[in-house]
Amino acid sequence: MTTPAHEHIVKSYDEEMSRLTGEIAAMGELAVKQLEAAMDALGKRDSRAAQRVADNDDALDAQERRISDDVLRLLALRQPMARDLREILAALRIASDIERIGDYAANVAKRSKTLNLSAPVPLAGALAPMARMAGRLVHEAMQAYLAHDAGLAHAVWERDADLDTLYTTLFRELLTYMMEDPRSITACTHLLFIAKNIERIGDHATNIAENIWFVVRGEPLGEPRAKRDVTDES
Amino acid sequence: MTQDSFQERIWNPPAAVPPGTGGTVAGGRVTVAPAAKIRVRDLNFHYGRFHALKDISIDIPEKRVTAFIGPSGCGKSTLLRTFNRMFEIYPEQRADGEILVDGENILDSRQDIARIRARIGMVFQKPTPFPMSIYDNIAFGIRLYERLPKPEMDARVEQCLRQAALWDEVKGKLHQSGTSLSGGQQQRLCIARAVAIKPEIILLDEPCSALDPISTARVEELLKELVRDYTVVIVTHNMQQAARASDYTAFMYMGELVEFGDTATIFTRPSKQQTEDYITGRFG
Repeated sequence: MTTPAHEHIVKSYDEEMSRLTGEIAAMGELAVKQLEAAMDALGKRDSRAAQRVADNDDALDAQERRISDDVLRLLALRQPMARDLREILAALRIASDIERIGDYAANVAKRSKTLNLSAPVPLAGALAPMARMAGRLVHEAMQAYLAHDAGLAHAVWERDADLDTLYTTLFRELLTYMMEDPRSITACTHLLFIAKNIERIGDHATNIAENIWFVVRGEPLGEPRAKRDVTDES
Repeated sequence: MTQDSFQERIWNPPAAVPPGTGGTVAGGRVTVAPAAKIRVRDLNFHYGRFHALKDISIDIPEKRVTAFIGPSGCGKSTLLRTFNRMFEIYPEQRADGEILVDGENILDSRQDIARIRARIGMVFQKPTPFPMSIYDNIAFGIRLYERLPKPEMDARVEQCLRQAALWDEVKGKLHQSGTSLSGGQQQRLCIARAVAIKPEIILLDEPCSALDPISTARVEELLKELVRDYTVVIVTHNMQQAARASDYTAFMYMGELVEFGDTATIFTRPSKQQTEDYITGRFG
């Protein structure tokens, strides 16, 4: 059922639903900005900017709480059915995923502050393309959410595998680097954690994509997803 | 067409279910589908020149609650009333097609209408207790079909009132007038009266629309009890009630059966846009 939904007879119901959608969209946008700002602070070795990103995470948490309240009220007062029910359930789940994405962005910022305490590591540059890809996945997941585009959601869901591949490559490179120069172990370990944080952001983007699929199609996005993070196997 | 897909799922199980067990696989759970108590085939109904039901085919599962929902005038009450040939008292009303109860076509004019109505009880929107005592409201119907000695009649009246979850509230005043009860109690008295003659099917036409939420909850709870012994068909304007109280739901619109399926699916993932629009409050 991909046709756009008609309007509710009760107009205020539509208004509440579109407010919910707007809040989710704003939250997604903020999470992407947080990731970009964290990476910017990392690249420039700017600890103050990194701290601002970490502090800003409270705003995302507050947005998530507001969305939870709205969902609770909609469930209690509107008793939604079918697509409305899926939409509202998905909003709650997506808000929780975005909140986690925000946490990871804040973690990246906090680790970058620690990284600034030691000498620059050349491989830090390799994180930027990975973060750009993760940010794009989240951004496109949000576009799919606003457009109820199950096809775009599916594409996001599939492309997370590329992010996993990048992560695995970086993991191996960092491992080699640490073996060659044990003095870099502390910094490289922080980089590894940052890379893992970014990789997890991709996983949450796929969760969002799965929820969009569920809203639009009414069934779970069931097929097993290709997993390219094979660092636990190496 | 809609019925086909439903029947396909319910009556023609997928390969994962052993053939002949008549079950469905939903979310990995195998459920055995009930047999059909009422099979409606190509039913058309006319009020004079108005075509009120159009080619309805539906299988009402045995010992389950089936709800008919749809906007006013969609034909849901009309369909319910064909099940005991209620329409026959009006000369200009006509039903064509088949309504098979346990394989017997009740629309066949050779069928004994009194026997049909004894098998198929009905409860209406407004409680309609007879102007007699609570006891006699129940005993009256039984006396039409059976001659019971007093102690057995007393036991049967008590049993019926218990089945209708009314016994505890009326046991001390069985000889007071039925009309002295509250609306909710009167409606449960009518249900007790309907089960008194041991029908196989109970039809309820908006049984809760005149009741407060607590009485409504009692009647809904009662439906859960009744399906152990009876096949229940309920017409309701209240979608939440259909969602709460029924096992299967049929959505009707303008005399047609749009969609029929298990209630959980109809209210979470209906397959027709019209159903979706109606249950989500978008019907224009």
